[in-house]
Amino acid sequence: MRAGGLFRRRETRPDWDVYLASRAREARDSRLVNFFSAGVEALSPDTPIGRVPLAALDLETTGLDAGRHDIVSIGVMPFTLERIRVREGRYWVLSPRRNLSEESVAFHHITHSEVAGAPDLSAILDELLACLSGRLVVVHYRRIERSFLDAAIRERLGESLLFPVIDTMSLEARIHRQSWWARLRRWLGQPAASIRLHESRQRYHLPPYTGHHALVDALATAELLQAQVARYHTLETPVGELWR
Amino acid sequence: MNVEQLDIRDHLAQFAPFDSLSDDLLDTVAASVEIRYFQAGTELLVKDQPIEALWYVRSGAVEMYLRNGRLFNRLGEGDIFGYSDLLRNRRVRYPVRAIEDTLIYFIPAEVFEEVCDQDDEFAEFVDTGGQRLKATVEQQRHDSDMMTTRVRKLLGRPAEMIEAGVTLQEAAQRMRDANTTCVLVIEPAEKASPYTFIDRDGHGWRLCGILTDRDFCTRVLAEGVTPQAPATDAMSRQLIVVQSDETVYEAMLSMLRNQVHHLPVLHRRQPIGVLHLSDIVRYETHSSLFLVNNIFLQNEVDQLAHLSEEVRTAFARMVADGANSEMVGRALATVGRSFAHRLIELAEARLGPPPVPYCFMVLGSMARDEPTITADQDNALVLDDRFDPEQHDAYFEALAKFVSDGLAACGYPYCKGDVMATNPRWRQPLQVWKRYFTEWMDAPNPERLLHSSIFFDLAAVHGEEPLVEALQDLIAERAPQRPFFLAAMARNALGRTPPLGFFRTFVMEQDGKHRKSINLKRRGTAPLADLVRVHALACGSKAQNTFARLDDIAKTRLLADGVNERLRYAFEFLSMVRIRHQAHDIEQGEEPDNNIEPENIDSRERHHLKDAFEVISHAQKFLGFRYPMPSKRSRG
Repeated sequence: MRAGGLFRRRETRPDWDVYLASRAREARDSRLVNFFSAGVEALSPDTPIGRVPLAALDLETTGLDAGRHDIVSIGVMPFTLERIRVREGRYWVLSPRRNLSEESVAFHHITHSEVAGAPDLSAILDELLACLSGRLVVVHYRRIERSFLDAAIRERLGESLLFPVIDTMSLEARIHRQSWWARLRRWLGQPAASIRLHESRQRYHLPPYTGHHALVDALATAELLQAQVARYHTLETPVGELWR
Repeated sequence: MNVEQLDIRDHLAQFAPFDSLSDDLLDTVAASVEIRYFQAGTELLVKDQPIEALWYVRSGAVEMYLRNGRLFNRLGEGDIFGYSDLLRNRRVRYPVRAIEDTLIYFIPAEVFEEVCDQDDEFAEFVDTGGQRLKATVEQQRHDSDMMTTRVRKLLGRPAEMIEAGVTLQEAAQRMRDANTTCVLVIEPAEKASPYTFIDRDGHGWRLCGILTDRDFCTRVLAEGVTPQAPATDAMSRQLIVVQSDETVYEAMLSMLRNQVHHLPVLHRRQPIGVLHLSDIVRYETHSSLFLVNNIFLQNEVDQLAHLSEEVRTAFARMVADGANSEMVGRALATVGRSFAHRLIELAEARLGPPPVPYCFMVLGSMARDEPTITADQDNALVLDDRFDPEQHDAYFEALAKFVSDGLAACGYPYCKGDVMATNPRWRQPLQVWKRYFTEWMDAPNPERLLHSSIFFDLAAVHGEEPLVEALQDLIAERAPQRPFFLAAMARNALGRTPPLGFFRTFVMEQDGKHRKSINLKRRGTAPLADLVRVHALACGSKAQNTFARLDDIAKTRLLADGVNERLRYAFEFLSMVRIRHQAHDIEQGEEPDNNIEPENIDSRERHHLKDAFEVISHAQKFLGFRYPMPSKRSRG
């Protein structure tokens, strides 16, 4: 999968509207039916980004492998390009099915005692899906959010939960990693610009936040998307050009 | 909802006016915040568009413009805007543009109004600029009530009074029975005079003296006067009195100046009590009081110079005790004049009595009762018209030199402009001084006046005060009728402008340049004192102190409603900031100066400074408009 040299393999872009429509028809769990139906209603590739309700999503996990690790917390910040209303933000600490490792405790500060009384994902699934329903989800580095959520839902409901997302990291990569100039720089051996959340925000003069809290990172991601659209796109840009 | 994790509350809590909100209200505000990012160059608010939230700059910077497109204000992290529009009609008055990439927190209008309703301090802060400043100044004033407490509040009981015919023994018994340290002596009066009053039964009385326990020691026992002698034999006839509505501070200064411990207090002419030094002591911070007292006990210049080291500590202590700028100014002026006064006495002791009467006067900030701890000496001698240079000048030259050198030794540096009595030009008989002032006023030009404006703040320190009063009278009579002179003074008063704004790390000049520090005297208090002087001259005021001048100006229609008050608060605030920073320098063992670095100023003070500079800026514009250069024709 790694791109190299001056050329890069194109990622195949799924037809998300087709996928959402088929899942709305075929999903077995009624909650998923509702979720996908709302998606069909609200999300079409031609809709201008300025008119789509958005929701920044961030997961904190016990590790990087969705097959072996688990979700410990979820932050969702519903927003639009005009306003992030912080009172609508939601945050859950979850009980992982596998053990918390010491390293991950050190990483995101969620301790054993905190997760001890915490619910399983299935207990908050209604709320979570309601939060994301009819909104285009925004994440920073989609592989984590997509794979962990999909794996967790498969495990509990026996079917998949995939949906289109705007990945602020890949938007950043398009500018700083995949442009002709960026590739030339890399080919010449210069270090690539960091596209991590904090460093990306710095390029837009967004203030630093204390990281590794799912809701804080969701907010940070929402602000980053506002900044990216303000600088490189317009409110009229069709979402089909941005989602993955 | 978990908003508490989002840093929002903590960020708000660092900045005025949120920093003083209760926890509950701060939570309410933080939870209501809505956020949006704006790229540099974006128009944030367009004139007349509706506004539904208070705007808070989380990061970045914005600029606000006047209708004519001129830069009006620049705001940075932690600043708020839009509040006056919210309070008015929810329409934008001044357009706003982001000049850096900016993250804005919006606080919805309903929440803003709720907080205004529940928190008076917050409401005052967002109210119009002048009132915001006023609220702070009054807070400061409240902290130090000696300036505002009236003398009558300290009086415990009515004055003990005896008739002039009473014997000393009877007087002593009355004092014993009433447990007081003094009695007032009165006699029947037929005619009205400054010390007559009517008692409840309609009898006329005259207050003719005061008899204290000290008098019993020095004038009765020590002199061997019999207890049967009349009380009038031992009483003091020179009465130093205060009016009941004068401030405690005035009373204290009066005691210091006149070296007395008892002050009869009058309501109009009716004696209502006697104030004793001990009544005041609990209001005083001791420092300046003892210092002045000590100055008059020294017999050598080097002793005085040694004592002057305490001035700075006394100053710092006064500021720490919450004195306001008027108190500090008066105390420093009293101390400075006392040094001069004592030096003159020492000079006379050395040189013998003066050949002709004279008055030693101070000029500039010392005359206005507004010197700072860094003030230099500005003084002059007004001599009696019988002065003959051949015969007498050697004496006055020697006296001037003695005093000037002495002042320099006591921490009052020589005047760089040579405005000192040692300069023969400023050591002249009254008629020459009158000619100087007449020329300045009748044939003015801004250049000449630039160097002589200091002479329009003048006060007698020691000697024949009528000599200086004659000059004050001359100025008060003549200046209001000299539009050309007023115009020239006004033009000079516009020479020093305030900066446009005050930010976390820099000062913004009107031309948009940044500066690391600002001279608060040159850019703030001095231009303000200058412009108040012009108005005072125009209305024939004889007051020298800026606040007293503003009192006189308030009696006229020179200034629009509210302007006088705003000037007063701006002056008090700027003076206090300067004084506090100087006190801070002294406490840190550094040399105090007039420079303020924005980094050393908290966000609340920054807001107020901006307001105060705005007040000056408006007042300067009005000054140029009010005193225009008359055309040549109207001059003749």
